[in-house]
Amino acid sequence: MDLTIKYFGMLAEVTQCDEEVLSFSENRISELLKTLCAKYPMLEEKDFQVAQNNTIVAKESPIEHSEIALLPPFAGG
Amino acid sequence: MNRYSRHIILPEIGQEGQEKLSKAKVLVIGAGGLGCPILQYLAAAGIGTLGIVDFDTVELSNLQRQVLFGTSDLGKNKALTAKERLSHLNDTITIHAYPYQLTYKNALELFQNYDIIVDGSDNFPTRYLVNDACIISHKPLVYGAIFKFEGQVCVFNYKNGPSYRCLFPNPPKEGTVANCSEIGVLGVLPGIIGSMQANEVLKIVLDLGTVLNGKLLLYNAMTAQTTSLTITRSELQIDNVLSRQDSFHEQEDTFHCEPFVPEIEIRDLSLYHNIQFIDIRECHETPKVAVEDLIQIPLSELEERLNEIDTTKENILFCATGIRSSNAVTILQKHNINNCFSLKEGVMALMAYYEKNVQEHERT
Repeated sequence: MDLTIKYFGMLAEVTQCDEEVLSFSENRISELLKTLCAKYPMLEEKDFQVAQNNTIVAKESPIEHSEIALLPPFAGG
Repeated sequence: MNRYSRHIILPEIGQEGQEKLSKAKVLVIGAGGLGCPILQYLAAAGIGTLGIVDFDTVELSNLQRQVLFGTSDLGKNKALTAKERLSHLNDTITIHAYPYQLTYKNALELFQNYDIIVDGSDNFPTRYLVNDACIISHKPLVYGAIFKFEGQVCVFNYKNGPSYRCLFPNPPKEGTVANCSEIGVLGVLPGIIGSMQANEVLKIVLDLGTVLNGKLLLYNAMTAQTTSLTITRSELQIDNVLSRQDSFHEQEDTFHCEPFVPEIEIRDLSLYHNIQFIDIRECHETPKVAVEDLIQIPLSELEERLNEIDTTKENILFCATGIRSSNAVTILQKHNINNCFSLKEGVMALMAYYEKNVQEHERT
């Protein structure tokens, strides 16, 4: 399945893009994250949550939708 | 012409809605990039009681985005300066300035006087403190945060919705997320995000439209794109906070390695109203000071004479050099007496200040 992955905040700096399309065959978010961390080693040390189809989901969730977003916490004010 | 006529002619608001606004009590944490537009619009809209918490002072690099302040405010406390500015903007509302750090000791007491809490702080320890205090005191939290060109807005703890911990259960490891002062921020971005927060406050008070309840709105100023993410409530996270409520006061604040002592500089004195001076020098020490609103409680007797401190006033403690008065404020904080400040420059500066004032008074 082709997944569209969106990166927010400092994660977009790590990946050098706001968004990318990735062909992925495994079926868990956690497996996707492993692949992404291998591609972008700096991701490993970042805190973030994952959204699927615009809903925050647990990292153990199955991939059921092609739209994934990685969201880091912001503290600035 | 009524100040609020443009609200009142809207059928969605009307006289009734405007009265709701005038009865609302909103506490804004932080008078910085987010806090300034939040406060500005809430004051203009006629929110009847506004509270402002900020211990920090205005710096030159703040003026690029913190639109309540000007060049003449440099070095002044932000909460007090914002209050001054806002009371010119709207003299029909009540504004309370809390020119000190929000802590685990004072948060619950402060929150109980307000209906809605707005987070415009700039660090994770404060954000988690605000979130947890909102859960315990059952107050809706209008959250906003920014990073470079991106912003987040959400309403937490509202009508059984999620809290910030349901999104991010724990603060990130220290030092892994930079803040505005370290990496920069587009000046107008907090203006946009802060205005969105003010909008959510008005919707909650007026019971209008769809509140961003558990919907995290992300805005990218570079692409003008918005994304909305749904957050689900985690009973586990909420219960975890509630289970700690009895010991909430005792939790350690992690903002400062050193205990934080609110100090005031003599040049800021005119920003304080309802002052009570406390001379904490021992009885034999000179020079004696003759100013109004002064009581004497020597440091050696302070803990036995706590009941003499009027907590409805801004208590300004002084000694010879500012060192003992700083220790005295720490002692008072331990006894949960919070609106106390140490006069940084000590007694001589206080006397010089009053002499100058008297001379100016005589000249006019």
